[in-house]
Amino acid sequence: MNDFQKNNGDDNIVVINLEHIGMIYKTGIINYEALKDINLTIYKGEFFSIMGASGSGKSTLMNILGCLDKPTSGKYFLEGMDVSKLDKDLLAEIRNKKIGFVFQGFNLIQRLSVIENVELPLFYAGIPHKEAVIEAKDALRLVDIAENKENNFPNQISGGEQQRVAIARAIVHNASIIMADEPTGNLDSVRSSELMSFFKKINEERNVTIILVTHEPVVAAFAKKHIIVKDGHIVND
Amino acid sequence: MKFPILLDIQSAFKTFTRNKARSFLTTLGIIIGVASVIATVSIGQGASASVQDAINALGSNLLIILPGSSNLGGVQTGFGELNTMTLSDAKAIRKLPAVKTDSANIRMTEQVIWRGNNWGTSVMGTSSTFPIIKNWPVTNGEFFDPQQNSTAANVAVIGTTVATQLFGLMNPVGHIILIHNVPFKIIGELKAIGFNAFGQDQDDIVVIPITTMMEKVAGITWVNIIMVSAKSKQDTALAQNQITALLRQRHHIPPHKPNDFYVRNLTQIAQTAGSSAQIFTILLAAVAAVSLLVGGIGIMNIMLVSVTERTKEIGIRMAVGAKKNDILKQFLIESSVLSLFGGILGIGLGIGISDLISIITPLKTILTIEPIIISIIFSVGVGVFFGFYPAYKASNLNPVEALRYE
Repeated sequence: MNDFQKNNGDDNIVVINLEHIGMIYKTGIINYEALKDINLTIYKGEFFSIMGASGSGKSTLMNILGCLDKPTSGKYFLEGMDVSKLDKDLLAEIRNKKIGFVFQGFNLIQRLSVIENVELPLFYAGIPHKEAVIEAKDALRLVDIAENKENNFPNQISGGEQQRVAIARAIVHNASIIMADEPTGNLDSVRSSELMSFFKKINEERNVTIILVTHEPVVAAFAKKHIIVKDGHIVND
Repeated sequence: MKFPILLDIQSAFKTFTRNKARSFLTTLGIIIGVASVIATVSIGQGASASVQDAINALGSNLLIILPGSSNLGGVQTGFGELNTMTLSDAKAIRKLPAVKTDSANIRMTEQVIWRGNNWGTSVMGTSSTFPIIKNWPVTNGEFFDPQQNSTAANVAVIGTTVATQLFGLMNPVGHIILIHNVPFKIIGELKAIGFNAFGQDQDDIVVIPITTMMEKVAGITWVNIIMVSAKSKQDTALAQNQITALLRQRHHIPPHKPNDFYVRNLTQIAQTAGSSAQIFTILLAAVAAVSLLVGGIGIMNIMLVSVTERTKEIGIRMAVGAKKNDILKQFLIESSVLSLFGGILGIGLGIGISDLISIITPLKTILTIEPIIISIIFSVGVGVFFGFYPAYKASNLNPVEALRYE
């Protein structure tokens, strides 16, 4: 397998397969259909972008892909396993083992230090503290966070650095998928492209599948495949 | 092997140290609750011990016989008004099987004079068995013997208060004092025993032989109190019955007439006092426990606030893989650590209060390990109990909504 193939996904391994996924929110008397019959296949190592206006259903799709929420209909196969009917605790375990999140608002825990934030997924995986520290340091090195900032609190470092810490937290447990929800939303254009280069690096060096939700075409351009969600449908695969 | 619980506790401590004032105010309820439990229990145990001391001070298995009241033309006088009890009654009582020893007493208030000093005190005429019956030894010199009693010798044994008032730091033994203008030689000084349960200074006393008292000081032929020591604690009730029967017979009281004397079983009275002190302690501790409960509600309140404030944090933790139980455990540990911390501070405060009480008031306080251990267990229990609802609420948050929370 050459580099070109790797960067564009491995056609043989399906990581995510959505079959007729639907999502209906019941809000009192009105039922709101956020997603309608979504079918989607994502291969290992793909750098994938989801675009769409707000209210299009892309956040709902993201939550389902990230196993934060369950669809009301259809099937979701994650690495071959149907996760659409699993209970909360099993979904938590899957998020812990397979999925890393990077959010728009950084979502670091303010009262924990940088390194403690990165250790968090390992803590919930039951990995001994000593080992977790080593892995967290490795992950922080990968996103160029200086060692002397490991014990800083999130509010003591810049926004760009905070988002890199979030990336470190997403990859520390060797997640096979990273869900990035508007990761550059709070950053200027210089920091944005800097951050995107880290996603690209991780995608290329570690063959991690990256699913990027964004509404900025410049950011989406880093991805190799694109879909647009509109009114709960995928309009362009 | 890993110890994630230690990390949880460590993390709980971090949460509190970042919000010291609030953590302290939250635990204040527990601190006050535990402190009041410790302090009240120590006061209660002190009171029980005081009662026990009082029982011992009363002498061994003591019965007190007082003359009865008189009824003259419908006017009923108090106990001790009749002059029917004599020394020979006392001698007869001594021969009863359930009785170990006895002492007949007459007590009067007299002015005692030594050179230029004088002191108003209680003068007691009694038998040579007095130190045994009252458990009250002589520390300096000696007590009068039966011979001195029967010959009405002019000898006196004084309490430490009287000794201090008349002689200051001098050794009083060997000096002559005047009681009712009669000279007495001091042959001994009683051990200092301090105040009794009613606040009377028991050391403010002069003891002389009862015969001397009757013939030379009071000029009377009757006694106003007979103290009897029963053979054992179990024998006190039996001795009471035997004495009653004997005195009725000696005083020729027909069956339908009331006694002209009164027998008090002090051991029974003391035991009753002891058990009421215990009930009092339990009541006090129960009131204090209510404040502990209120403290627990304070913890629940602040934990609920904390869960709301940290909704986003809970969302993040769930996103990276925290299960329901992980979140539940985290918040339960926080509330338990908080209340345990309060409990430990409360124990310190309670010990301080208890010491302070024993210093600035006449109350005696006794600290034992039991209330301290119970307080620690109870405060952790309060933390777990009142922390459960907020923790349960936190663990049931929906991760999508928790993450969206601002």
